[in-house]
Amino acid sequence: MEPTRGWRALKLGELWAYRDLFWLLAWRDVRVRYKQTVLGIGWAVLQPVVTIVVFTLIFGRLAKVPSDGIPYPAFAFSALLPWTLFATALSRAANSLVTNASLLTKVYFPRLILPAGAVLMNLVDFGISLVVLLGLLAWYHIVPGIPVLLLPLFLLYAVVAALALGIWMAALNVRYRDVQFALPFIVQMGMFISPVVYPASLVPSAFRLLFDLNPMTLVIQGFRWALLGTAAPTPLMLISIPLVALLLVSGVFYFRRTERYFADII
Amino acid sequence: MSSRAVIAEGVCKLYRLGKTQDTLARTMSEALVGMIRRTPAADKQAQDLWALEDVSFEIAEGEVVGVIGRNGAGKSTLLKLLSRLTEPTRGRITVDGKVGSLLEIGTGFHPELTGRENIFLNGTILGLKRADIARRFDDIVAFAEIDRFLDTPVKRYSSGMYVRLAFAVAAHLEPDILIVDEVLAVGDVAFQRKCLGRMGQVAEEGRTVIFVSHNLAAIKSLCTRALLLQGGRLTADGPVEETVSKYLDATWPMTADGSIPETDARFGSGQALLRTVRVTNGSGDHIEQIYLGQPFRVTALYEVRERLKDIVMEVGISTPEGMRIVTAGSTDDGGKPMEMEPGMQEITVELDLTLLPHPQYVVDVAMHQLSGLTIDWVERAAQFSALNVAQRGTDSYPWNSVRGYVRPRARWFTSAPAES
Repeated sequence: MEPTRGWRALKLGELWAYRDLFWLLAWRDVRVRYKQTVLGIGWAVLQPVVTIVVFTLIFGRLAKVPSDGIPYPAFAFSALLPWTLFATALSRAANSLVTNASLLTKVYFPRLILPAGAVLMNLVDFGISLVVLLGLLAWYHIVPGIPVLLLPLFLLYAVVAALALGIWMAALNVRYRDVQFALPFIVQMGMFISPVVYPASLVPSAFRLLFDLNPMTLVIQGFRWALLGTAAPTPLMLISIPLVALLLVSGVFYFRRTERYFADII
Repeated sequence: MSSRAVIAEGVCKLYRLGKTQDTLARTMSEALVGMIRRTPAADKQAQDLWALEDVSFEIAEGEVVGVIGRNGAGKSTLLKLLSRLTEPTRGRITVDGKVGSLLEIGTGFHPELTGRENIFLNGTILGLKRADIARRFDDIVAFAEIDRFLDTPVKRYSSGMYVRLAFAVAAHLEPDILIVDEVLAVGDVAFQRKCLGRMGQVAEEGRTVIFVSHNLAAIKSLCTRALLLQGGRLTADGPVEETVSKYLDATWPMTADGSIPETDARFGSGQALLRTVRVTNGSGDHIEQIYLGQPFRVTALYEVRERLKDIVMEVGISTPEGMRIVTAGSTDDGGKPMEMEPGMQEITVELDLTLLPHPQYVVDVAMHQLSGLTIDWVERAAQFSALNVAQRGTDSYPWNSVRGYVRPRARWFTSAPAES
């Protein structure tokens, strides 16, 4: 080992060698998450349900936000599901290094495991919420069409987008704790610039391009299309894909480049 | 044996002090200021600390090497580098083989998880495969002696149980190179013994062991070779005995020639004045530390100003806080009072007692007259430390916490209780 200069190889093979650790850390986080709570995993159900009730009352009933002809709860939940996945995955990934600082300074392992694990473990909660959503759809007699087969693709995209941004945030957070303060704010704003509580069709064409640059626009539109049979994502929404790809690749490089100093400055 | 497990070449590690936490705002404003003024921002005054400077060594496969040095000498930094936790600023470290490092006991333990779960978690974090842990699970549990509490969350463990479990997992790692940092400073004595034994076993299996400790006795018994770090530099590298004695010599440097400053507080009639005090070994060499149980001498040089008789000398050993531990008087046990002519007069007392290891003892020297009149009394006239190893390695002080100051000569008897 010597001081590395420039962009060193990503050593993705090393990640594979540490897959045991990866699964174990993810398992630990899932296991520990609802320890010493009365409701336990029930929280994974309760939170989205309460959110949907509140959203329905405020945005559906009071503000009368249009919902493309879909019952508002189903309309909001089908977007809230991927959005919650994205938001919590991003927050957890961003904090994953700092919360595991003691591990970071005592044991060597590829540090990418931490944000990656933090993102993936949210799929557990996602799975539970998905069951709730399916129940809701059944209640409203909504039967998803053929596009539902593409749902895993949109899910994957949400995960990758969270990972891409999360890796950047995690690495920056080690040096700049500003991230911890900025992130909740960004996430909150993010929900309003994504079509979670309102339909994408509501956005004026002047802001269209900017709106479509947000990867969650594609994800949410895709989810609604797959589950509710609303309008398919427009080709313009694909514009965020190269953006996410760029973010992911540069994020991994930046992470790999700075991780050798994580233990010194965390 | 000939192949090398570790090669360090000119390793340097720089830390910046006083600038521990950047904030985005500061970095950006510095960049801005830099752009406008084209001068380095004022904050560049951050202090550089070379934690390691130009350290080079090689460790052969199967060697058991101790690393010693005072706090801040760079030991931990070296271990961090060897464990790949951070990179050298300059130089190069090559480590050949799977490294298992124990920089802290119980790394990655999660308080909410049970002992069983933590065995798997901790083992995996330290680099074991799940299957390996499962295979060795019973050994680990037996070693840790916690079988009854396997399914209890470790947050309910006593600290002793916690440490035992943590070490048990670590002890069953099978790395090519084992790096251990001071983990034996915890746990009860029996367990410490067990840990040392286990480490010896690991070494016998032909693995490379790098061991950092302040416990010189442990270093001596376990290692064949030792590296001495001082202020970030490697100042000694050789057989463990040599390095340890070099360390001891360097750690308590001779502060003076034993002379008593004029300004020192003293008390007495002044008919004689203490000029120098030296603590010496049997051959008269000035020593700053005594080995466990080593007899030592205190030699006092007086400037006697007038003819004195009926003199009683007193030499006391005290803690640095001033608590007197032992006092030797020259008339003890029927000793005769002394007489002295004007001029320089040297008085030596040999003390044969076993002082327990403490980093500092001070010597008080006083001259009285039989009548009780004090001629000269100087406290803290000299100092020394007591080590936890005997001179020839025949004896060592095994306990982690030192209770008391003096070890009495004791004889022990065991017998069955008398029949009634």
